[in-house]
Amino acid sequence: MNRIDQLFSRKNKNVLNVYCTAGFPELESTLPVMQALQDAGADLIELGMPFSDPLADGPVIQDSSTRALKNGMSLAKLFEQLKGFRSTITLPVILMGYLNPILQMGVETFCQRCKEVGVDGLILPELPLAEYEAEYKTTFDQYGLHLIFLVTPETSEARIRQLDAASQGFLYAVSSSSTTGKDKNMNDQAAYFEKLQQLQLKNPVLIGFGIKDKSTFTTACAHSNGAIIGTAFIKAIGNANGTLPATVKTFIQGIIA
Amino acid sequence: MKIAENTFHSPYQADENGFYGRFGGAYIPEMLYPNVEELQQKYMDILRDPGFQAEFQQLLTDYVGRPSPLYLAKRLSEKYKAKIYLKREDLNHTGAHKVNNTIGQILLAKRLGKKRIIAETGAGQHGVATATVCALMNMECVVYMGSVDIKRQAPNVARMKMLGATVVPATSGSETLKDATNEAIRDWINNPVDTHYILGTAAGPHPYPDMVARFQSVISEEIRKQLKEKEGRETPDYVMACIGGGSNAAGTFYHFLDEPSVKIVAVEAAGHGNETGESAASTVLGKVGLIHGAKTLLMQSEDGQITEPYSISAGLDYPGIGPMHAHLYESGRGTFLSATDNEALAAAFELTRLEGIIPALESSHAVAKLKDLDLKPADVVVVCLSGRGDKDMETYIRNLDKF
Repeated sequence: MNRIDQLFSRKNKNVLNVYCTAGFPELESTLPVMQALQDAGADLIELGMPFSDPLADGPVIQDSSTRALKNGMSLAKLFEQLKGFRSTITLPVILMGYLNPILQMGVETFCQRCKEVGVDGLILPELPLAEYEAEYKTTFDQYGLHLIFLVTPETSEARIRQLDAASQGFLYAVSSSSTTGKDKNMNDQAAYFEKLQQLQLKNPVLIGFGIKDKSTFTTACAHSNGAIIGTAFIKAIGNANGTLPATVKTFIQGIIA
Repeated sequence: MKIAENTFHSPYQADENGFYGRFGGAYIPEMLYPNVEELQQKYMDILRDPGFQAEFQQLLTDYVGRPSPLYLAKRLSEKYKAKIYLKREDLNHTGAHKVNNTIGQILLAKRLGKKRIIAETGAGQHGVATATVCALMNMECVVYMGSVDIKRQAPNVARMKMLGATVVPATSGSETLKDATNEAIRDWINNPVDTHYILGTAAGPHPYPDMVARFQSVISEEIRKQLKEKEGRETPDYVMACIGGGSNAAGTFYHFLDEPSVKIVAVEAAGHGNETGESAASTVLGKVGLIHGAKTLLMQSEDGQITEPYSISAGLDYPGIGPMHAHLYESGRGTFLSATDNEALAAAFELTRLEGIIPALESSHAVAKLKDLDLKPADVVVVCLSGRGDKDMETYIRNLDKF
């Protein structure tokens, strides 16, 4: 069973998914950050594959990508770093990123490498649903990779149902129509969250964008199976005063303790 | 003008999913899906509507000043031993071809019920054209422009501000056109309901490449009529245009795509030279990839990171080309040449001195390659003079002694 499905069969409330950019803040930070997230009590890791032009991201995550690329991060380097990580890390791991680097590596090679190192799922925001179903699904399935789709407050009910049907593992509910890291009031989105709950979707729902602390996490979790934190975490580890593991621990404990 | 209709299936036009061969499509995050889908579903019906066409036509005639002249450049013709016509888009209101598209898109935005307009700009010509139509239609206007371009195209920045637009510097990446486009798309993601994005070139997700090409196709439609009057035939031997994203080229080529007798020549910016690494020639240096929602030829690293292009002209400083052009290149229908900064500057000074026309640096790239064509005296060549050089005076003044 895919590790993401295992997670939700074991725990379906207050699931904490944390986004971090591979190769940030230092090139070799990828594994230490992942390990620290597991030790601190996160449930799921969304690992960003840095890209030069991350359209759906705000300035904080874009800056982390720029810094990671300057550090020397690349898709090939990431797979090197991930070799053997399953000996210590048991959390499900999702790779999130933009299509162009994957196309250059070759989709099949990329999927093979994901399976070799032990990646469980993918978030590829630009991949059109129809193209996924026609050209990618068979390959992703063959390598045991779940593709997680996004929905937003502007997504029609019919399309939410389509995306839920195609999504595997969970459905990523973007809290407001925005790039990452925009400060929006979670409570304003209550009607949208209610609508998602009433649709009786096939997948668990994790809410992302705008989750930055215990209060926003709690609000999001009241309407869903859990939430995703990205920008706030990148800010915390980018400005780390102490050691990386201690910073990660303090941040995660501040959310879930 | 009647908006171009596809009455037959052309192998060089977008299919219903916005693909030109293997290029094009709409690779966009879900946050943009409703906006792009709305456009995809409505744009052709709006363009076909007789009320829309009448309003578009009236503004092109009375406000833009169309048709733009097709000028037989006698001294240039003597020099290159062929009949060389210049399609004078530089004489349009606002000084470039860009206004054809912004007039079309602002009328479309009104019919979509949008209240706010955003745009990206490189040289500032599209920004000025957008700010102009926003003033005309009393719409809020925000233009994203790379910080580097803000410095090198100061007159256009001033014009946009005078027209009431807010100019927002794009400070990420190379701080040029690519980054301004990223910022505009981000704005659209953050303002999905009330905002229309007036994309300025024949790139981006479907339906932009097709829509922009249709608005710009007034250029080739007029060329046909004007050539008929002047030469007794509607088709030239060559049509030439410079290409960054490729909107003036798309408009110049449009009605000749399915005329095999017409040679299509697109000229990219080679900066300091394609071998120097400081170039913007996407066909020579690019590979298939995704930029701004479309699959096209794209300058990128081995790892698929988009690289930073270089050109002296801010309007051609883009790491990709529109998908229509990628398909023209790959299919062999179009010939793609590249002109260096120095070749473009030399062509600008030559055109100025031979014909008394100071061209935009972008257009000078197209003029620069006349010397590389194997022309015969009877050949009829049409070069799109996409814009005028006022905005480039600082660069020209710096180079006065060299040419």
